[in-house]
Amino acid sequence: MLSFSQVVVEKGDRPILSDINIDLNEKRIGIIGRNGSGKSTFARLFNGLEKPSSGTITFEGSTELKELRRKVGFVFQNPDNQIVYPIVDEDLAFGLKNLKLPSATIKERIAEVMARFRIEHLKDRLTHQLSGGERQMVALAGVLVMQPQMIVFDEPTTLLDLWNKKRLMRAITDLKEHVVLVSHDLDLLREFDRVIHIEAGRIVGDGEPNAVIEDYIARSA
Amino acid sequence: MIVDLYVFGNSPLHRISPGYKILALVLFCTLLFVLSGWVPLAVGAILVAIGYWLAGIGFSHAYRAIRPALWILAIIFIAQIILAGLELAAFVVVRFGILILAASLITMTTKTSEFVDGIQAGLKHAPSWVPADHIALAISLALRFIPLVRATLDEVRMAQKARGLDRSVKALLVPLVVRTLKTGDEIAEAIQARSPL
Repeated sequence: MLSFSQVVVEKGDRPILSDINIDLNEKRIGIIGRNGSGKSTFARLFNGLEKPSSGTITFEGSTELKELRRKVGFVFQNPDNQIVYPIVDEDLAFGLKNLKLPSATIKERIAEVMARFRIEHLKDRLTHQLSGGERQMVALAGVLVMQPQMIVFDEPTTLLDLWNKKRLMRAITDLKEHVVLVSHDLDLLREFDRVIHIEAGRIVGDGEPNAVIEDYIARSA
Repeated sequence: MIVDLYVFGNSPLHRISPGYKILALVLFCTLLFVLSGWVPLAVGAILVAIGYWLAGIGFSHAYRAIRPALWILAIIFIAQIILAGLELAAFVVVRFGILILAASLITMTTKTSEFVDGIQAGLKHAPSWVPADHIALAISLALRFIPLVRATLDEVRMAQKARGLDRSVKALLVPLVVRTLKTGDEIAEAIQARSPL
C-alpha cells in the first residue's frame, strides 16, 4: 500500500531519518521510539506533511503529493491545532468544501461519520467549549469525512484522561481504514499487526508486536 | 473585541445572506461617522436594539460583546474629556459602543463558514490577483484564534502568577507570543493535511 524507498530526512546538516526502506500493507501498524527518535517525522512523511530530502514515497503506485494527502489522513496530538472552524459541523465540512463537493454530499458524509461515533449531539456546539475527548473525536471525524484509506495518529491520547483515552482507542480499534499509530501505549500496540521501532532516525525493530516491544523495553532499561 | 460566540437561532437576521449583513454593517458604520449629532446616534442605537430583539439575543450577550472593550472606551473617554470636553467624550464613547454592538450582532448571527462563503462570493468578480480563498480563510482563522489566544493568555497568566511574576508584562507577553506563533504553525500544517487540493 505505502512504500518508502531510500528515504532520508535532513534538517540543515542534521539527519533526522536515515535510509528508510519499508513497505506497509498491514491494517494496524504501531510506531514506537523515544522522544526525539524521529518517529513523528516518520509519521508525518505518510501524508506529505514532511517531505523527504531524498528518496521516494509511493502510495499504491503513485508518488503524487495530492494523492498522498487525499488518501492518508492525519490526526494530530493536540486537536485544538487541527480544528479550523468554531462550530463542529462547519469544521467537519472544511476539507469537503475544499474538494468542491455538492452540499448534499457534504451533509450526508458529516451525518454518517457523526452517527458512526455517536457525536451527533455535538453538531451545533462551539469547538472551543468541547472537552478534550470530544475535541479529539471531532478532529478524528474531520479526517474521516474525507474518506481516507489510511489514517495516521500522532500520539492522539497524550492530552486525554483515562476515560477519554479508552473511548478514543476503542474508536481507533474499530476503524475499518488502515491505521498507523504513534504511541507510547505499548499494551495497546501489542494487539496490532505490526510494530516499528525507530531509534536515532533509523528503524531498529520491525515485525511482530510482542517481539519488537520486548526488545524496545530491553533497550530502554 | 467582536465577540467570538455565534448564537444559534433561526431569526430573520440569522437567515439573511452574510453578504447583505456585511454590506449593511459597512453602511451603518459609515453613516454613524458621517452624520454627527445625538439624533443620528439615538436612531443608530434604536436600530441596533431592534436588531438584537429581532435576532432574539438578550442583554447578557450584548454585554459580553462590549465588556472586553470597556477599558479601552474608558481610556478614550478620559482622553476626550481632557482634549475636547465632557459632551464630545460621551458622544465618541457612545458611538464606539454602538459600532461594537452592531459588529457583534453580525458575528453572533453569522456562522464563520457563512462569513467565508459571503466573502468568497463578494470577491468572485475581483481581479485574479486578489487571493479570495486566502482572504476568506484568513478571516475565518482570525475568528477561530480569538478563543484560542484568550485561553493561552489565561494559562500563561496563571502560570506566571504561580511563579510570582504576575506583574511582569514581559513574562506574560513572551510565552503568549511564542505559543501563539507555534499554534499558528501547527494550524497551518493541519490545514495542509486537511486540504488535499
